[in-house]
Amino acid sequence: MYDGGKIIAGLIVFLGIVGFPFWYNAGSAGYKTPELKLPPKSKATECIEATEWMRAEHMQLLNTWRDSVVREGNLEYTTASGSHVEMSLQKSCMDCHDSKKDFCDKCHTAAAVEPYCWDCHIAPKEEK
Amino acid sequence: MKTTRRDFLKVAGVTALGMAAGAGSALANSKGAYLPHYEHMAPGHQHLTAKRWGMVIDTRAFHGEEDFAPLIEACHKEHNVPHLPGKQEVKWLWTDSFHASFPHNHQEFLAERVHHSRYLLLCNHCDNPPCVRVCPTKATFKREDGIVMMDMHRCIGCRFCMAGCPYGSRSFNFQDPRPFIAEENPVYPTRMKGVVEKCTFCTERLAEGKMPACVEASEGKIVFGDLGDPDSEIRHILAENFTLRRKPDLGTSPSVFYII
Repeated sequence: MYDGGKIIAGLIVFLGIVGFPFWYNAGSAGYKTPELKLPPKSKATECIEATEWMRAEHMQLLNTWRDSVVREGNLEYTTASGSHVEMSLQKSCMDCHDSKKDFCDKCHTAAAVEPYCWDCHIAPKEEK
Repeated sequence: MKTTRRDFLKVAGVTALGMAAGAGSALANSKGAYLPHYEHMAPGHQHLTAKRWGMVIDTRAFHGEEDFAPLIEACHKEHNVPHLPGKQEVKWLWTDSFHASFPHNHQEFLAERVHHSRYLLLCNHCDNPPCVRVCPTKATFKREDGIVMMDMHRCIGCRFCMAGCPYGSRSFNFQDPRPFIAEENPVYPTRMKGVVEKCTFCTERLAEGKMPACVEASEGKIVFGDLGDPDSEIRHILAENFTLRRKPDLGTSPSVFYII
């Protein structure tokens, strides 16, 4: 092999760069679902849908609510248990889940997503 | 082993049945898993309805800026409208002179009172709205009750609607409006940089069974009602009083009337 040493050295450098994400993260802990601070039981008496379902589908629910309220003039949503809630991010969702920092942001930051809800919608005041 | 045609067909039949059953159950599962049920969404039980919402403003009852101020303040506070001076102004409800408000009324020797008065201006919620026609994303649309509504989530800030509106009823957010809102109303959103906004005839209040904020603050100087119902209060007032609409010859058919 001509220039074998150079080729092998080059290959080692190449593999090192390509494999960077793997060896850099080797040994560090895997992704864990962040622990959310749930609203106090005194304030939030029921969930509008099952927790597991909301975890996966809350963005679809919010989009459906948005179109239903803005474009079709609806206001009320019937929950899984049959009670009624007003379809409103600021008035209903954030009334129970009253901390954007401890509820929304924890997962969104961990998952590196930046929803644009809060460009317009007003988040509840954080208690310090 | 030699497979006969009979054996092959048997196996093929059972396989096809199995696949069909599997696909069927998977389909049923996927249908069941998607939950936001449209049939579970309804208007509030107190919501106000109309064939075509309209407004009559009794200009004789307003005598100066101090009469308009509480209405404008009520509206702008409720909807988090920023206070920006100059050309980047954002306005939902504002006032102007007779000649600016009704430029097609070339009245010679106009009555002094009319000439010196100011007129309360807002989105006219036209029956034939040019802003809806030009909006490329359908962010601006006309509801079934005649209200010209905006879906801020869809607005791309192209400003075609501002060019289309002959009444200057639309304002563009040249910058983030938040720093210019003195006191945020926590139950209504603000807007963001790069969208157009305007009066919505308080759809959020109508949905709760309340009259628009300016109507409530006017203490009877503004009447709001159903133009599509010949027996409504607003139609009786229109039948008894001479009214003007802004630039009616443009064919937009405004739903806001002014008793002069």
